[in-house]
Amino acid sequence: MAGDILLEVTELSKSFGGVHAVVNVGFTLSRGDVLGVIGPNGAGKTTLINLLTGFVKPDRGRVIYKNRDITGAAPNKIANLGLARTFQAMRPYHSLPAYKNLILPLNSPRIKKAAHGKLGDRDSVAIDILEEIGFERDARVPYKLAGSLPLGYQKKLELARCIALKPEIILCDEVFSGLSMAEITSMVPLLEKMVMQGVTLIMVEHRLRELFRVANRVLVMNFGCKIAEGPPLETMARDDVKAAYLGGGGSK
Amino acid sequence: MSAQERRKKRLDRSVKVRSEGLYSLSSWREMAYLLAPRLLLIGGLLAAPFVLDLYWQKVLCAAGIIAVLAMGFDFLAAYVGLVCLGGAMFIGFGGYAAGLLNAKLGLPPVLTIPLAAVIGACLSTVILMPCLRLRGVYFAIVTFMLPLFATHIIIALELFGSTEGITGLDILANHWWEQYVIVISLLAALFGLRRLVTEDVGLIMMGIKDNDQAVLAAGISIFRYRVLAVFIAALAGCFVGAYQAHLYGWLGLSLFAMDFSILPIAATVMGGMGTLSGPVIGALILTPLSEALRGFGQLRVVLYCLILLLFILYKPEGLMNYLERKYHQFERWEKV
Repeated sequence: MAGDILLEVTELSKSFGGVHAVVNVGFTLSRGDVLGVIGPNGAGKTTLINLLTGFVKPDRGRVIYKNRDITGAAPNKIANLGLARTFQAMRPYHSLPAYKNLILPLNSPRIKKAAHGKLGDRDSVAIDILEEIGFERDARVPYKLAGSLPLGYQKKLELARCIALKPEIILCDEVFSGLSMAEITSMVPLLEKMVMQGVTLIMVEHRLRELFRVANRVLVMNFGCKIAEGPPLETMARDDVKAAYLGGGGSK
Repeated sequence: MSAQERRKKRLDRSVKVRSEGLYSLSSWREMAYLLAPRLLLIGGLLAAPFVLDLYWQKVLCAAGIIAVLAMGFDFLAAYVGLVCLGGAMFIGFGGYAAGLLNAKLGLPPVLTIPLAAVIGACLSTVILMPCLRLRGVYFAIVTFMLPLFATHIIIALELFGSTEGITGLDILANHWWEQYVIVISLLAALFGLRRLVTEDVGLIMMGIKDNDQAVLAAGISIFRYRVLAVFIAALAGCFVGAYQAHLYGWLGLSLFAMDFSILPIAATVMGGMGTLSGPVIGALILTPLSEALRGFGQLRVVLYCLILLLFILYKPEGLMNYLERKYHQFERWEKV
């Protein structure tokens, strides 16, 4: 299975008024890939995720997922096809207990279809997923209101909500941001495990060291344009990438 | 059962009990503890028609109407995140539908009330559908305007008896029917909605309230669930609207009166948002209170507003939340 093309993006563009948030970005994603999307603030990384998942409609360009054109489709339709995403600003369903947060994805048409309408004991499935992602089963954490969880758990809950959808691609929007070093080190193995289970990842990230432990390719963006793509370390060594990050104007 | 399943069961059950997700009903005492407040409300409402005199029986019917509307408001506001001031619209649509079915087609109230509830609910839902993308105060404004809109259409086009309304509709058989129809539908709506919000459908609706973007990302259409929620609230509202038309044997523009949009909010504020039973208690206190204050003439409204003001200032959580907390504290009372 590895190697076949899952996602094919060509000439994707989006402007908000006069701001060109994403300009002619294109890439392909094969099954099992981990693509890091990096770039300075305001480079258009989150907009790219929003475009791929249907939360923002592109002005131009195409997104082909498994030979199927999903450009501009409704976000819930895209999620049902197997593209799950996390949000940078986590807002869990704060008035629900953590494990009830997973009842929503478990009720999506995608999961219902996979289970042939028989969902079984969803609560215990939800707690299973939470345990897998690092919520202690014998503690109260899964039962606490999601709004009262510490940041690290909320990030993990965000990932758990994706996993509950049994997606083929997960688009992570800055899962490491705002976490302590200890929390990040506990997050990396989770991502590695997901990759081993055959999930393809697109990660928007600012923490490059941790990203490069997981990613096998990076895509560098600046001012909405793709400026480089390739294996992490080689790409980062390129002069134009350094210039984008350090603001050297490319003169060095 | 495999060892792993046994481990899960052992771990989950004890934590669920401690986290109040699961009650362990081990004794009659605990069951009585849980049942007492529920039985108090059910028993009280069912017994009320025997205790009250004819005047207060009518007040009970009016209070029941406001209670059902308040429940619908609370359900939409606290569980779906739609602040709906369309109580007057639900009453109006339900009332006019029932009245017209009765006056023009000659159907008996047994048929017109359920039919009007469904027709009115469908109509309200279709009208509100384009507005379901709105949130918060915008949705509130639209729903507040729609009853005014309906009133002026009826006046301008001289529909359905225009400003005079239609009189001489069939009324319910006797005063027992009048009261038990509203009391039983009130209880059914209350316990039905309380069950609904803990089912998966209710969880999805609460998810939409908390974070609609994440619900979309979970592959669920928020529009469908909002439509469903509005339909449920409208069904309850139109049912009592139809009931009201047959209670007084009359339909007219006052079915679209702002009272039906405002009073439920007052009842909900007093009873406590997000409790569903709170709005019922609020309505059962406020409506008789406003009757009892009738002797004060216009001062009645001032007193009424004063009570609301005091509640908002000093007990913003509402009666029900307060009483519930005290009740649980009382249970764990330890003498030291």
